[in-house]
Amino acid sequence: MSQPAIKISGVHKYFGTLHALKGIDLTIEPGEFFALLGPNGAGKSTLINILAGLIAPDSGNVSVMGFDAGSQYQQARQLLGVVPQELVFDPFFNVREMLRFQAGYFGRGRENDAWVDEILEGLGLADKANTNMRRLSGGMKRRALIAQALAHKPPVIVLDEPTAGVDVELRQMLWEFIKKLNRDGHTIILTTHYLEEAETLCSRVGMMKQGQIVALDSTANLLNKFSGKHLRLTLGDVVLPANIGELVRHVENGIYTFALDDMAQIEFVLSALRTANIKVLDMQLNEADLEDVFLSLVGNSGQSAARGTF
Amino acid sequence: MRHLETDPASTWASSLRGPWTLLKKELLRFWRVAFQTVAAPVITALLYLLIFSHVLESHVQVYDGVPYTAFLIPGLIMMSVLQNAFANSSSSLIQSKVMGNIVFILLTPLTHMQFFMAFLIAAIIRGLVVGLCIYLVAMWFVDLSVANPWLIIAFALLGSALLGTFGIIAGIWADRFDQMAAFQNFIIMPLTFLSGVFYSIHSLPPFWQKVSQLNPFFYMIDGFRYGFFGKGDVSPMFSLLIVGGAFLVLALITLKMLKSGYKLRS
Repeated sequence: MSQPAIKISGVHKYFGTLHALKGIDLTIEPGEFFALLGPNGAGKSTLINILAGLIAPDSGNVSVMGFDAGSQYQQARQLLGVVPQELVFDPFFNVREMLRFQAGYFGRGRENDAWVDEILEGLGLADKANTNMRRLSGGMKRRALIAQALAHKPPVIVLDEPTAGVDVELRQMLWEFIKKLNRDGHTIILTTHYLEEAETLCSRVGMMKQGQIVALDSTANLLNKFSGKHLRLTLGDVVLPANIGELVRHVENGIYTFALDDMAQIEFVLSALRTANIKVLDMQLNEADLEDVFLSLVGNSGQSAARGTF
Repeated sequence: MRHLETDPASTWASSLRGPWTLLKKELLRFWRVAFQTVAAPVITALLYLLIFSHVLESHVQVYDGVPYTAFLIPGLIMMSVLQNAFANSSSSLIQSKVMGNIVFILLTPLTHMQFFMAFLIAAIIRGLVVGLCIYLVAMWFVDLSVANPWLIIAFALLGSALLGTFGIIAGIWADRFDQMAAFQNFIIMPLTFLSGVFYSIHSLPPFWQKVSQLNPFFYMIDGFRYGFFGKGDVSPMFSLLIVGGAFLVLALITLKMLKSGYKLRS
């Protein structure tokens, strides 16, 4: 029987009095493309760092393909490639040297060079292979960071917000490469602020809030659970009539989002607004997306969200 | 929990490749900036040699039949070996921590022992390279005798290992560059200058002789010098014991820090 790519059982973590992770249970199967979502401070990076062995949990167990991340850390880390969130680099070396070093730490030598070339090609770094890390642009440094995590060809790849601050073109290119790795059998675990990315790429989603997983399901199931139309009305600073207040899912900068079960409710909402003498400045009708699911589940934590990101 | 180990990376040869890669990286790191890490300390030591030998050569004779310049050279070599071994491991670690790239090592399957050995050997090699360069250049000034080469090698190796280990501790402990500078300026510099590099402790008042004997750097300098002249302030075997014991204690502390992840993993 195949082992889960990642198995997290009853993980708690405290930072002083802050209970950062409150008993996380999560299993990710081999070959999955999994998204871990949540607002800042939800505990995503803490969980990833525990998985990577950078933080020790106060209780609970974490394993990578059956190897305990604590007592069998050598085997567990061999199977794991982690892309850190911060844009860090070693200024003494060029891109190819860094990739060779990184592969070497995992016991891989010159026989790994073909894979290093494939990564360089796939991430558009081939012409920068002999460029010193400090001479790379921000986008190129981000690609090099991803390449380093892949240098030892790990079957499980964790990307902690890899596209933060990355332009659209690079983001598309990165995802094409990561999707190819997933098709080749690599398990991908992604944390992102771009909900559209998670919706498009990931087969399953876990949502975290205040150190707990508040939703864990396939992307399709989550969207079905929260199916329906969303009516976004720009009304400005108004007091809504009580009879339509319960339909409001989200309010931001005078834009009210109403969750509707059927089209007939549109007229109900508009009629109530007319009666209350509230003028509609703009109107949009959308299908529910992952952002709506997220906002429903994390409530106020996500209310400062901008459209498409949080 | 899984027990089956079929990964080729778990074989003996490939398990050595990890620490070897880290060692290679650490060696390349200082070699890329050799002007700063090798040439600069050699020039500093030679300036000390020129100035002190010029001023004191005709006034001071520490051992019978040994000119002051000859007396000074082993002390300067050892001082540079110690300072550069410390600088190598400490600066590499503090830079990696401040820049955040230490994560690339922490994410790997390297054990705490492999981590320690790679940083330690790199520190020893830098210390010895600097020491050897000073020795070769100093040969132009004085024909230096060698009474016991094994003692020279033993003290050079143990001294650089001790300071390399101390550098790892400092690099792990310090969070900022100014903390590291404090380590260097308030601990390493006073201990090296007050260790008998420029004088014999027998020329000091009895109280300061006792104080000097509490300084482990004194035993490294004195033992190393004994290897050249066959004379010293204390027995070289006693010095070897002190230096070896100090290295063992610091190595155990370092390994404990690395195993617990002190200031590296939270």
